[in-house]
Amino acid sequence: MSAEINLTLKVWRQAGPNAEGRFVTYEANGISTDASFLEMLDIVNERLIEAGEEPIVFESDCREGICGTCGLMINGQAHGPQKGTATCQLHMRSFSDGDHIVIEPWRATSFPVLRDLAVDRRAMDAIIGAGGYISVNTGAAADANLTPVPKETADTAFDAAACIGCGACVAACPNSAAQLFTAAKVQHLNLLPQGQAERWARTEAMVETMEAFFGSCTNHGECEEACPKEIPIDFIAWTNRDYIKAKVKNRKLVG
Amino acid sequence: MAQAITRVSAPPPVRSEPKIKLPWPLSIYQTAVGKKWVMGLTGVALLGFIVVHMIGNLHLYEGPLEIHEYAETLRDLGTKLLPRTWLLWIMRIGLIIAFALHIHSAYSLSRMSIAADQRYPGGRNYIAANFASRTMRWTGPIIGLYLFYHLADLTWGWFNPDFVRGDPYHNVSESLSSIPVAILYIVANTALAVHIFHGTWSMFQSLGVNSPRYNHLRRYLAAGLAGIILVGNLSFPIFVQAGVIDDDGRSIVEELQHGAAEEEDH
Ligand code: HEM
Ligand code: SF4
Ligand code: FES
Repeated sequence: MSAEINLTLKVWRQAGPNAEGRFVTYEANGISTDASFLEMLDIVNERLIEAGEEPIVFESDCREGICGTCGLMINGQAHGPQKGTATCQLHMRSFSDGDHIVIEPWRATSFPVLRDLAVDRRAMDAIIGAGGYISVNTGAAADANLTPVPKETADTAFDAAACIGCGACVAACPNSAAQLFTAAKVQHLNLLPQGQAERWARTEAMVETMEAFFGSCTNHGECEEACPKEIPIDFIAWTNRDYIKAKVKNRKLVG
Repeated sequence: MAQAITRVSAPPPVRSEPKIKLPWPLSIYQTAVGKKWVMGLTGVALLGFIVVHMIGNLHLYEGPLEIHEYAETLRDLGTKLLPRTWLLWIMRIGLIIAFALHIHSAYSLSRMSIAADQRYPGGRNYIAANFASRTMRWTGPIIGLYLFYHLADLTWGWFNPDFVRGDPYHNVSESLSSIPVAILYIVANTALAVHIFHGTWSMFQSLGVNSPRYNHLRRYLAAGLAGIILVGNLSFPIFVQAGVIDDDGRSIVEELQHGAAEEEDH
C-alpha cells in the first residue's frame, strides 16, 4: 500500500570544499512511501529548481546497491536505519508521516566535502592503488578451474569481495577508521591462491596507506552494522594478523 | 608491486610519516596496527596481573598473618636461583614497561583517531558500540590515576600516618575504613571492570586471534573476567567498611617483629 507522507529534512549544505557548511531545513510534503530515499531527494531538488534555488548535491549511480557511489548519514546512521542496504535501497516506507530527517555527508577528515552531501573519497582509491589487485602477465586467458579453490575459501573470499567501496564503514566509525573496507579488500585476495604471491607486500602497503588517512580501530563494531554488504569484522582480525606476519616476513625476504 | 597503477591523488594525509625510521622490530611500533598489537599484548599482561593480584589479595580473608606471609612469599619467589626480591622486581619492571607502552599506544592512537574524525553537528547513532567501548578513553586514565594513589597509599604509605611496612592487613583496614577512600576504590575498580569488559573482547581482534568457531566465546570471557574482577576487588572496601576486615588499629606484624626483637635482646 502506498501512502503519502510529509517530512521535515535538515540537510547539510556547503557551497564548496572551503566554504562554511550549515544545516538548512526543507519541508518535503506529499512524498510517496514507494519512493526510494534518493528519489525523495530528487523530488525535493525538482521543487528547489522550480523555486529558483540551488538543488542539493548528492551522489548516486546504479541505484540498486552495487556500485557504492551513494552514501548519506541519515539521522546519524550511515545509509540510514535499514540493515544491510545502501542509501539507494532505502525506501520512504521506513519513515513515518511527520518525521524529521537529518541528512549529512560521510564524516571523516579524509572525506572532505566537495559540495553539500558529496565527499571526496580518493583516500580509499589510494588504499586500493597500494595493493588491492593481483599482477598477472597478459596472454591467453587461463582455463577455468585451473587453480583449485576449496568451496569454503571461495565463499569467504566472496563475502569479502562483496565490498562496494562505499565508505559507510568509515562514516559510521567513531574513530573514522577504514579497517573494514581495507580488510575486505586485503582479504578477498589474501584468501585465494591467486593472491598469494603479493600477499605480504599487499597487506603491508594497503594497511600503511590506510593509516595515513584514517583513524585507529578500537573494535566498536559500528562498521559491521553500517555495511550494506554486512561484511563481518572477522576480516579485520585476519588482516591484523597478516599485517604483523608481513612485518616479519618482508624483512626476511627483502633483507 | 604495481607497475601500471598511476598514483592516485588524494586529500592530504592525517598522519605523517615518522621522522626517524626505527630499525626492525621497533618499526612495527611506529605503525598504528603495530601499536594496537602492542596495546593488546600489554593488555594481556596487565590482565594477568590484575587477576593474580585480586586472587592473591583474597588472603586478607584468612587473616593478618596469612596475608603477611603471602607478601613475604612473593618477595622470596625464585630465591633458589636469584637473590631475594629479584624475581619480584623483574616482574615489576615488566609490568611497568607494559603499563607505559599500553598508555603510550593508547594516547597516540587516540590522537590519531581524533584527527581523523570529522564531526558534524548532527550527532551519531550508536548501534554496536557499547558503554564500555565508548568510555575506554575515560576508564583508562581513571585506572592510571587510581593506580598512582593506590601505590602511594598502600606501598609507599604517603597518606597513612599509621602505615606499617609489610603489614598489608593493617594498612588496608586503616585506609579503606575511611569512607571517601572506600568510595574511591569502588569507583576506580568499577572503571577497571568496565575497561576489562571491552578490552578483553577487543584484544582478540587486535591480536588477530579470530576463529569463527570460537568467536562467540569471547564475549562470555570478557563478561566473566570483568565480573570476577569486579566482585573480588569491590569486596575489599565493602568488607572493611562492614568491619569484617578490621584489626582495631593494632598491627599484628609490628607486634610480632617487636616480640622477635625483644627475644634477640635477651
Ligand atoms: C591495569 C589495568 C589495565 C588493564 C588490565 C587494561 C586492559 C586493556 C585491554 C585488554 C585493552 C584492549 C587492547 C586491544 O584492543 O588490543 C585495553 C585497551 C585500552 N586501554 Fe587499557 N588496560 C589497563 C589500564 C589502562 C590505562 C591506565 C589506560 C590509559 C591511561 C588505558 C587505556 C586504554 C585505551 C585508550 C584502550 C583502547 C581502547 C580501545 O581499543 O577501544 N588502559 N586495555
Ligand atoms: S566494507 Fe561495507 S561499508 Fe565498508 S566500503 Fe565496503 S561495502 Fe561499504
Ligand atoms: S547508487 Fe550504487 S550503491 Fe547506491
